[in-house]
Amino acid sequence: MTATRTPRATPAAPAPAVKDAPGTRHGLLRRLRPATVPVAVLLVLALLPYSALDIPVLLDGPVNSPGSLQLFALCLVFGALALGYDLMFGRTGLLSFGHALYIAGGSYGTQLAMTELGLGLLPAALLTLVLGALAALVLGAVSLRTLALGSVGFAMVTLAFAQAGSIYVERNPGSLTGGEEGLPLYVDGVPDALVGVQNTANVYWLALAYLALVAGVVWTVTARPAGRVWQAIRDNEQRVAVLGRSPFAHKLGAFVLASSLAVLGGVLHLLVTAGATPHTSTPEFTLTLLVMVVLGGSGTRWGPVVGGVLFTYLDQRLGGWDLGVEPMLILGSLFVLAVYLAPGGITALGRRRSA
Amino acid sequence: MTAPPILRVEGLDVDIAGSRILTGVTFDVPASGVTALLGRNGVGKTTTIRAVLGLLPDGGRVTAGRVTFAGDDITHEPTHRTVRRGIGYAPEDRGVFAGLTVAENLTLAERPGHAHRYDLVHDLFPELAARRDQRAGTLSGGQQQMVALARTLLNDNTLVVVDEPTKGLAPRVVTEAAEVLERAAERVPLLLVEQNLAVVRRLARSAVVLDAGQVVHTGDARDLLADTARTTALLGVGSRPDHGAA
Amino acid sequence: MDTLVLLTLTGLGLGALYFLIASGLALIFGLMDVLNFAHGAFLTVSVYTAWRTAETVGGMPGLLLAAVVGTLTGLLLAAVVELVLIRRLYGRVKEQILVTVGLSLAVPALVQTVWGADARPFPVPDALAGTVGVMGARVPVNRFLLIAVALLVLAGIHLFLSRTRYGLIVRAGVEDRAMVTALGIDVTRAFTLVFALGGALAGLAGVLGGLYFGSLSPHQGTSMLVFAFVVVIIGGLVSITSVALSALTVGLVQQYANYYAGGYGDLAVVVLLAAVVLSRPAAGTGSPLTRLRRALTAPRTRSAGGTA
Repeated sequence: MTATRTPRATPAAPAPAVKDAPGTRHGLLRRLRPATVPVAVLLVLALLPYSALDIPVLLDGPVNSPGSLQLFALCLVFGALALGYDLMFGRTGLLSFGHALYIAGGSYGTQLAMTELGLGLLPAALLTLVLGALAALVLGAVSLRTLALGSVGFAMVTLAFAQAGSIYVERNPGSLTGGEEGLPLYVDGVPDALVGVQNTANVYWLALAYLALVAGVVWTVTARPAGRVWQAIRDNEQRVAVLGRSPFAHKLGAFVLASSLAVLGGVLHLLVTAGATPHTSTPEFTLTLLVMVVLGGSGTRWGPVVGGVLFTYLDQRLGGWDLGVEPMLILGSLFVLAVYLAPGGITALGRRRSA
Repeated sequence: MTAPPILRVEGLDVDIAGSRILTGVTFDVPASGVTALLGRNGVGKTTTIRAVLGLLPDGGRVTAGRVTFAGDDITHEPTHRTVRRGIGYAPEDRGVFAGLTVAENLTLAERPGHAHRYDLVHDLFPELAARRDQRAGTLSGGQQQMVALARTLLNDNTLVVVDEPTKGLAPRVVTEAAEVLERAAERVPLLLVEQNLAVVRRLARSAVVLDAGQVVHTGDARDLLADTARTTALLGVGSRPDHGAA
Repeated sequence: MDTLVLLTLTGLGLGALYFLIASGLALIFGLMDVLNFAHGAFLTVSVYTAWRTAETVGGMPGLLLAAVVGTLTGLLLAAVVELVLIRRLYGRVKEQILVTVGLSLAVPALVQTVWGADARPFPVPDALAGTVGVMGARVPVNRFLLIAVALLVLAGIHLFLSRTRYGLIVRAGVEDRAMVTALGIDVTRAFTLVFALGGALAGLAGVLGGLYFGSLSPHQGTSMLVFAFVVVIIGGLVSITSVALSALTVGLVQQYANYYAGGYGDLAVVVLLAAVVLSRPAAGTGSPLTRLRRALTAPRTRSAGGTA
């Protein structure tokens, strides 16, 4: 019974198959080894804004052009959002269709805290984070109660709450949300270093920091006792209760943590896309996160990140290649194929070959 | 006993959720009479039957061995095909459809290409005829067991598999059930999982004893039960008073 | 008074639409445990083929033919999806749901690729475009059509479930699928049948939805699907009648709240759902929800505390 799964290699940076066992006393070197790959990936990504490399077809401009950096930033944000979503889906076995509520909450909440309350970006984001976590605590407790009616009850109630949020956003009450148009980022509240085309690199680094934060939180927590309880809940909830752990408290913990990360992700989405868009509130948005996670490999370290990055890249670029079809047609079909051909996600394909 | 067995289980290994439940289970069910599958709770009796019928729970699979019915390999066959070869099955929880009426439960069991012997069923269970329009969920445990047995006897089966038919029944009803099984056994071979040794003694001709997922004894049922020391060693129940004198 | 009459009949018409979508969903979920996200996609494709037919033929004959074409489109699409995609994943419910999620994203995109993203007007024949005076209210004729069709479908499903052998298999399969196969019945045939039936009803709902809304768009099915899910959960899968009552309730609540609560009918439905789910006592034994609950809830034990 291993508590955590073996970390998997990204296609870009093959990792040694290290058994992840923090907390064991096996010397400094072994404790550092699991960190080498993430640190290397982080370094490479952090240096991207210094590269003027031109990659035809794949990118419109050089790597460090604002267009490319903005694309990368969006990819990183979605990689992190998918990883956070997987905390519930892949790690705890909770199928929520309401994750978008917290992402949109983060975007709109921060924006409105800046415009309506006159707060700066940081206080606005923190206020939104606290309120979002509280909302997750309450709605999570309510939604998890419906698990008594089966996992479908939970899925449906989270969907319904998110749908309510989505309706609220699109109805544009008191002209607060901007309805279908959304809201352009309130630049007066944002530090100058994060505004404008010339500062895209800073926004990119912020997105990278967010991904690093989410990865750090998710990977650390899942390796701790709470993560083992989550895994046990996913595999066999009865056993958890028999062991004297409260499944409810642990599930609520996963829900609140994942939702809080989503609220932060919403703030990043607001900054990267320079606006709050109603699309982030729709159930479809949650479905695409689910697709990213499954595509990459749910319940793994790198799978959700790879899935999120790849999906977002294709979603953004397919339209530009003028294929005459909607990007979602290709992505949706790819996903259906992946369910049959790559059951463990694309990161599992490489592992299977090497195993 | 020179006729070939109706059911033959050879070297069956079964895993459920990664744990080995059955190891090398091997036994024959003769083409007539009652064969009792015995053993303590949790030794794999129900799993054996479910493996034979292809009804293992999610995560369960046969990893080795084979099952032949009337000479045909049925090891990995879908359940409905196996059953259509002529097997009647009454599961441990009786498997009665609570929301359907008694008549509908029986109609559902009607198999195309078989003579449907309602005369036999109504002769054995006159009560069911009277209650034909009652929802099965409102029947007593004993009556539900009658529905389950009636479904196995409705078609011209060549083997009937019954899992713990007397479990949870009142002593008087146990005797009734044993009588029904005895009459059924005159027509069709029975594979019977049963904890009540009085019922086994009354019905069974041969016995197969499982322990910890392995067959530890096969042979004549009466010889086994006559040997108290052996029964106690194998089943751990020899000293237990037999409920419901059958 | 006239407003109340209009709201009630409009709510009933909407409820009728929800019923047509939700009844198929409920049958599929009850029998196969598959939450069919592709159901909205079946509706969307059907409404587009129906629209093409109605435009080409025109008038009342065009609409009747469109209804047939739309229903058949839903039926064929659902049957193909079940036979080609769902069946291969037999016994893997999670993957089956994921495949329907993929379809729910890809199919509207396909429709958008072929017919464009903009909403289009659905041709309503003159005979159905007018209104009828009911107790002082001017009620659009199509509301009555929707209600009548839904009642017919309800009666039809009821007859199918209670009088036919496949209906019997479906009812038994909703209770205990494994036992149905143990009686020698190939339950996968019932899967295909239920999927196709659900698809046909979704197709029909698409055509009627075209009449009700007077327009069609690539995401029409998806947005209605959410409410159909709500109907299924509130209805609780006890019987097809409970799905009908639930659909009716949702339709009425939505209309009343839209008028009396400042346009927040959709929110009212969500509140209703939360209230119902949270206050629901133990469901009747044998229903799929009970089965799921039994499978998923653990005995509550006091936490012994401590960390591993």
